[in-house]
Amino acid sequence: MAKLKPDDLDRIRETMARTMSLREGEARARVTVHLGTCGIAAGARKVMSALMDALAEREAKDVILTTSGCAGLCSSEPMMTVELRNRPPVKYVKLDEAKARKVFQDHVLDGNVVQEYALALGSEQLG
Amino acid sequence: MHLMLCTGTGCVSNKALAVRQALEKELQKHNLHDEIAVVNTGCNGFCAQGPVMVVAPDNVFYRMVTERDVPELVEEHFLKGRPVSRLMFTPSGEEQPIPRMSDIGFFGKQRLIALKNRGLIDPERIEDYIARGGYAALAKALTAMTPEEVIEEVKQSGLRGRGGAGFPTGRKWESRRRAAGEPKYVVCNADEGDPGAFMDRSIIESDPHLVLEGMVIGAYAIGASRGYVYIRNEYPLAVQRLGIAIGQAREHGLLGSGILGTGFDFDIDIRRGAGAFVCGETTSLVASIEGNPPEPRPRPPRTTLWGKPVNINNVETWANVPTIIMRGAEWFAAIGTEKSKGTKVFSLVGKVENTGLVEVPMGITLREIVFDIGGGIPGGKRLKAVQTGGPSGGCLPGSLLDLSIDYEKLTEAGSMMGSGGLIVMDENDCMVDVARYFLEFLTEESCGKCTACREGVEAMHRLLKNICEGRGADGDIELLEELSQAVQDGSLCGLGQSAPNPVLSTIRYFREEYEAHIHDRTCPAGVCKALFHYGIDEEKCTGCMACKKACPYDAIEGERKAPHRILLEQCTTCGACYDACRFDAVVKHPGGKPVVALVGNVG
Repeated sequence: MAKLKPDDLDRIRETMARTMSLREGEARARVTVHLGTCGIAAGARKVMSALMDALAEREAKDVILTTSGCAGLCSSEPMMTVELRNRPPVKYVKLDEAKARKVFQDHVLDGNVVQEYALALGSEQLG
Repeated sequence: MHLMLCTGTGCVSNKALAVRQALEKELQKHNLHDEIAVVNTGCNGFCAQGPVMVVAPDNVFYRMVTERDVPELVEEHFLKGRPVSRLMFTPSGEEQPIPRMSDIGFFGKQRLIALKNRGLIDPERIEDYIARGGYAALAKALTAMTPEEVIEEVKQSGLRGRGGAGFPTGRKWESRRRAAGEPKYVVCNADEGDPGAFMDRSIIESDPHLVLEGMVIGAYAIGASRGYVYIRNEYPLAVQRLGIAIGQAREHGLLGSGILGTGFDFDIDIRRGAGAFVCGETTSLVASIEGNPPEPRPRPPRTTLWGKPVNINNVETWANVPTIIMRGAEWFAAIGTEKSKGTKVFSLVGKVENTGLVEVPMGITLREIVFDIGGGIPGGKRLKAVQTGGPSGGCLPGSLLDLSIDYEKLTEAGSMMGSGGLIVMDENDCMVDVARYFLEFLTEESCGKCTACREGVEAMHRLLKNICEGRGADGDIELLEELSQAVQDGSLCGLGQSAPNPVLSTIRYFREEYEAHIHDRTCPAGVCKALFHYGIDEEKCTGCMACKKACPYDAIEGERKAPHRILLEQCTTCGACYDACRFDAVVKHPGGKPVVALVGNVG
């Protein structure tokens, strides 16, 4: 890995903006499982495995499955965020393997938000 | 027409300010600047799509607007009246009754600075961090600012130590910059040990690069060449993610020699602690890094590491630095109260509906935290106290719910900011028992160097234990107060000096509860087992047998569908029946198990 110069930061940002935003690029959806200590304690790793299996079974190549830290609301873990291209992210709470599979099928693949497990739309407010 | 351009931190790091300039220029060019105003708005919670812009009054929502998009946007939408669908946001959810994050009480009142990337980035990928503006503050500091300017910016921001004591960060940096001796060190104190507190752990787990970036900026300002993160080994995930982050930062030339192609050299290593509470104290912490027993020593002279100048800040303090450098002191200082600027991260736990990690502007009230964010007390119970600051802090009563939170106000009220533990207690929590619990913790965690702390805390714990077990005596409260004074006066470090706080604050606000324990031999909250006993309300008992089945000691008698009875001579006050009863028929009676009743039952 080459050592970065200040200008390289911008270049990485622009490249990443394309993949992270889903605006361009091949991915159509991104699923983020919140794997902080709290989430893991509540079973987030099982949720992650269930999603990985579902992803492999359906051969959904245009779905990015990724992880992140604690989403803040520890009492409602495991949590995950589903983001489809051109749609605001949706946060799901109190998941288990079966619920995660349902969200994967209904929301990620078919585009319908699973309201009974969804907490909210959008992301948090910064500073 | 108004262009509501988000200039929240997320959008600014995605170049919202450049978009603003481009917009103004383009509007000017088309002579539209009198009709169309660009208005800066705060964060609206769609950071992942930033920069976002809402065109009022039509409410057309544009997202991911770049400078390059501006000419097309102005010409098509504002000149020809044709909104640019390519940049428009398709708001799903309008047809679906899902609230926005900002409408959820728990999230709506939070403002994220230290936690700005939480849940949004993969903490094990440096590209994710850079994509959200990571290391841009470091680039700015190294290429466009002198160390003195960095220190001045931090001073002007009003940032104070988030580890608890609240010392102004910029002043600390300045004194270390001036200190003689090479090399200089910076340390990140991640020895978070308060029961119920997990702010530092969560920040490192979700965003380790933010902490590292803050440390590199601090090292540049101070002139340090070496840094350590002192983190307890009970945080395996945080240690692991931090290690990955340090490795990536080195690979990318963000740590090591010639950082970002400049002449600045600095590297960071992890030092794992064995989980001793006293290591949160700076002189003990450096002793532990040096490989010595973690005992505090008197100050002055100022804390050093291997005899050289060292600057120690808490995880959350470091995590605030990049945003301050990026957005400027003025922006940061506009958040919070007169003397406490910015935000504070709290771990909200105990008897609240929503437990978790919250970051709120300084000056928010306890009521907002407990009720608006925390969602109130479960089961319709009454709030009794809020414990802040961990074992060094105190219990504030419900009557102080409207206290606005800053360093000074909490100290005046007899508690302290501490590192940010916030434990909510309801009517079923006994304040004497809480004080006993914290003193037991401190008895175990006292390093034993100062007699006042080693023996005094132990003696206080013994008194509290006696009171909780029904052996309290007249004068115990006064004796506790006297011992408190002695422990405060005779201890070298913060652990001992603040150890009496849990006792003093509960005596100050809940004296009658101590008196009930001592004089009436009763525990009003029904926690101290020697000071209450269980009974069954025969009117409410349906004879469902649930309590009888739950009792591990065969201490309940009664037939199906007939009122049950507790045999007090067999009862150990374990509470299994209380938890099992669905009809509130098992009740707590004041006072220990009555001897008379016991004799009566035997007959």
